[in-house]
Amino acid sequence: MVSVLSRAGIWLAVLVLAVMAVALAADTGFAVHMTIVALAAFVGLCVSISTVDYAAVARGIIRTPADPGIYDDDPIRWGVIATVFWGMAGFLAGLFIALQLAFPALNLNLEWTTFGRLRPLHTSAVIFAFGGNALIATSFYVVQRTCRARLAFPGLARFVFWGYQLFIVLAATGYLLGITQSKEYAEPEWYVDWWLTIVWLAYLAVFVGTVVKRSEPHIYVANWFYLGFIITVAMLHVVNNLDMPVSLFGSKSYPLWAGVQGALVQWWYGHNAVGFFLTAGFLAMMYYFVPKQAERPIYSYRLSIIHFWALIFLYIWAGPHHLHYTALPDWAQTLGMVFSIMLWMPSWGGMINGLMTLNGAWDKIRTDPIIRMMVMALAFYGMSTFEGPMMSIKSVNSLSHYTDWTIGHVHSGALGWNGMITFAAIYYLVPRLWNRQRLYSLRWVNWHFWLATVGIVFYAAAMWVAGITQGLMWREYGPDGYLVNSFVESVVAVHPMFVLRAFGGLLYLAGGAIMAANVWLTILGKLRDEAPMRDAAFDPEKDRPLAPVPAE
Amino acid sequence: MADANNVPASAGGKRIDEATGTSTVGHEWDGIEELDTPMPRWWLWTFYLTIVFAIGYMVVYPAVPLLDRATAGLWGWTSRGELARETKAANDGRAGLLRQIAATPIEQLPGKPELMQAAVAGGRAAFRVNCVQCHGAGAAGVAGLYPNLADDDWLWGGNLVEIERTITHGIRQPGDDQTRTSLMPSFGRDGMLTAAQIDDVVSHVRTLSGKEQPSAASARGAQTFADNCAACHGPAGQGGRPFGAPNLADQIWLYGGSRETIAASIHSAHAGVMPAWGQRLDPVTIKMLAAYVHSLGGGEEFDAAGPR
Repeated sequence: MVSVLSRAGIWLAVLVLAVMAVALAADTGFAVHMTIVALAAFVGLCVSISTVDYAAVARGIIRTPADPGIYDDDPIRWGVIATVFWGMAGFLAGLFIALQLAFPALNLNLEWTTFGRLRPLHTSAVIFAFGGNALIATSFYVVQRTCRARLAFPGLARFVFWGYQLFIVLAATGYLLGITQSKEYAEPEWYVDWWLTIVWLAYLAVFVGTVVKRSEPHIYVANWFYLGFIITVAMLHVVNNLDMPVSLFGSKSYPLWAGVQGALVQWWYGHNAVGFFLTAGFLAMMYYFVPKQAERPIYSYRLSIIHFWALIFLYIWAGPHHLHYTALPDWAQTLGMVFSIMLWMPSWGGMINGLMTLNGAWDKIRTDPIIRMMVMALAFYGMSTFEGPMMSIKSVNSLSHYTDWTIGHVHSGALGWNGMITFAAIYYLVPRLWNRQRLYSLRWVNWHFWLATVGIVFYAAAMWVAGITQGLMWREYGPDGYLVNSFVESVVAVHPMFVLRAFGGLLYLAGGAIMAANVWLTILGKLRDEAPMRDAAFDPEKDRPLAPVPAE
Repeated sequence: MADANNVPASAGGKRIDEATGTSTVGHEWDGIEELDTPMPRWWLWTFYLTIVFAIGYMVVYPAVPLLDRATAGLWGWTSRGELARETKAANDGRAGLLRQIAATPIEQLPGKPELMQAAVAGGRAAFRVNCVQCHGAGAAGVAGLYPNLADDDWLWGGNLVEIERTITHGIRQPGDDQTRTSLMPSFGRDGMLTAAQIDDVVSHVRTLSGKEQPSAASARGAQTFADNCAACHGPAGQGGRPFGAPNLADQIWLYGGSRETIAASIHSAHAGVMPAWGQRLDPVTIKMLAAYVHSLGGGEEFDAAGPR
């Protein structure tokens, strides 16, 4: 009873504070955000004082199996659903802004729907909402199983999930309202940053707590990567978001860092968001789900140690390559470039360890569409971690920088590596989390695989052509020593590529829709009546000589 | 699910993996084991190679931050130095021609085809940087906003001297004494003409370019036009360049030639603005821009200059 009262007291205090903040708000955006916080607190208050067992209701909604298993899997079930939901939202936003670039009338002449506001909505939805939920859910799943321990602090784990969703809602609505600190991938304003810091430290506590109470003597490699990701992202997030609010009741703040220092800190953050969020975190997923799905041992323990530490040490220095040929001092640009080049092999260590884990099970690529997704994910991982160091070379960068080549590079990594490995993990998790015999349809997984793969090819190829076209047109000098093209001529030249890119995005979104349906029907417990995915047919009747030969 | 080859090692036990013939390390997590495969040699050597390259690169290029500066590198390269060198090389290559263009009065440029050609090329490049934002990449302008520079209709004059002056001093640019300026009254908004009178003037104006047949309304409008408009636009509506007053008797309509758009222009007058580029660009660049704009198709000879 005391716990119920104190919990209700906390919610009430948050509710009162939020309502006060609405009343005192210096700008409309802040008032809207505090209203959202007040609503969240009100729901929390109702849940904590009501006698209805909301946990049971929630388990009914997501159809938790009767035997929920020995591990604490409820936050993971929620996380898988959130991953699919935000993934669809993010892919849809991406398709829409791709169409806006090709057909600017789609900006609709409304401030809330301009490219400038929808673009961070897309990037945050796919990286932080889709990717972040996938990382939190899989890390909770993997850490329990590889430590053979239930989650430490189960209440805190639920707080992490719901707190993270609140962060996503505040960030996304903020972008549409025009609340931004204008730092790429770190757009949310100060109070949303503070909230994410609290949620993230709770996440760290749950993860480390579970590792500490493990009943395995050693810590599995996936957990090294998860831990590296959680700790580094906490550090990056805090340092890049050190800023001073103009008012405690307003949304605007100003950063501590200014000028080229601010740019360097921003890209130290931005590059390591790629390095630790999208690389280390997803390598952790790879290190669990690939050997599980392939039922094979990890290829090389030694490689995993060396490439882990090399990756962690080298990645953190590579950020300046985002600022080649800018006001950043030459020495910093040099270091950014050489650390990026040294990063090539440590990155590939993960690809080798993933692909070569299939040694002895290569036939599964033919028969198992989930393995096929994992292999494609690793292939795109390898390709984009080669492309990255190459683009960091200054002479290459002088062509590629500010062009759509960068966009193509990011998407071959994001769609190919992060997307595909997440889809594979979801397909692995859903039947196990809901105690289903198998997925609703493996053939639908195959459809998803091909739609996504062809979509990425359209996307990446279009952006390579567009990017190199732009780079060459911008730097083209005529024999008289003058620039040949105006900027708008390069826009006209790449317009067909923009349309093709949107088509690729449409295919990728269609694959995502098939996954959402497949996951939903699996949760409902349905099975599609379909022929199994298998090898070529074998007819024993025909497996003999044409003319009967009597045995001697 | 696990087949016979993949039975996890019992606690702490190493075993030989049958498919690869490699020993496991001996740990097992949730059924996952690890092989004790050595690191691939090509991987290791490529890693070493990138480190060697990195060290070599850091020796020859600026790399290590010290207290008040950074190591300069053996090659003494700086990005600012490279920019200065390339800019100088490009400028040196053009310097001779630019000097000659600067020394040649713009009226005499057409007489020197080589210089004129160089000026048009330089002007094209400058146009792409400074002018396309409004006038468009093909200099065709934007209907309702910015004039087409590729036709032979000129508000303020279309010979080289007039174009150069327009670019240098701009149009209605505050703070420039010689800027092109004029102000058409807003006849409707300021109550100088009634709606019915404006309607009649519209009818008259449209007869000038043959868009409408003469009518009673246009006859009434003709008198109003003579009283209010002819001073700038001329008795026959042929325009007046000293005031930038457009020719109303041709088929070119910057702000639209329909009844509605003409009525709107009379009701609330337009007064387009162009920056005075003399404040931003050097005289040679402006001379080249004038040569380029003049070359687009509608450039006028000097004897055609002056108000029509």
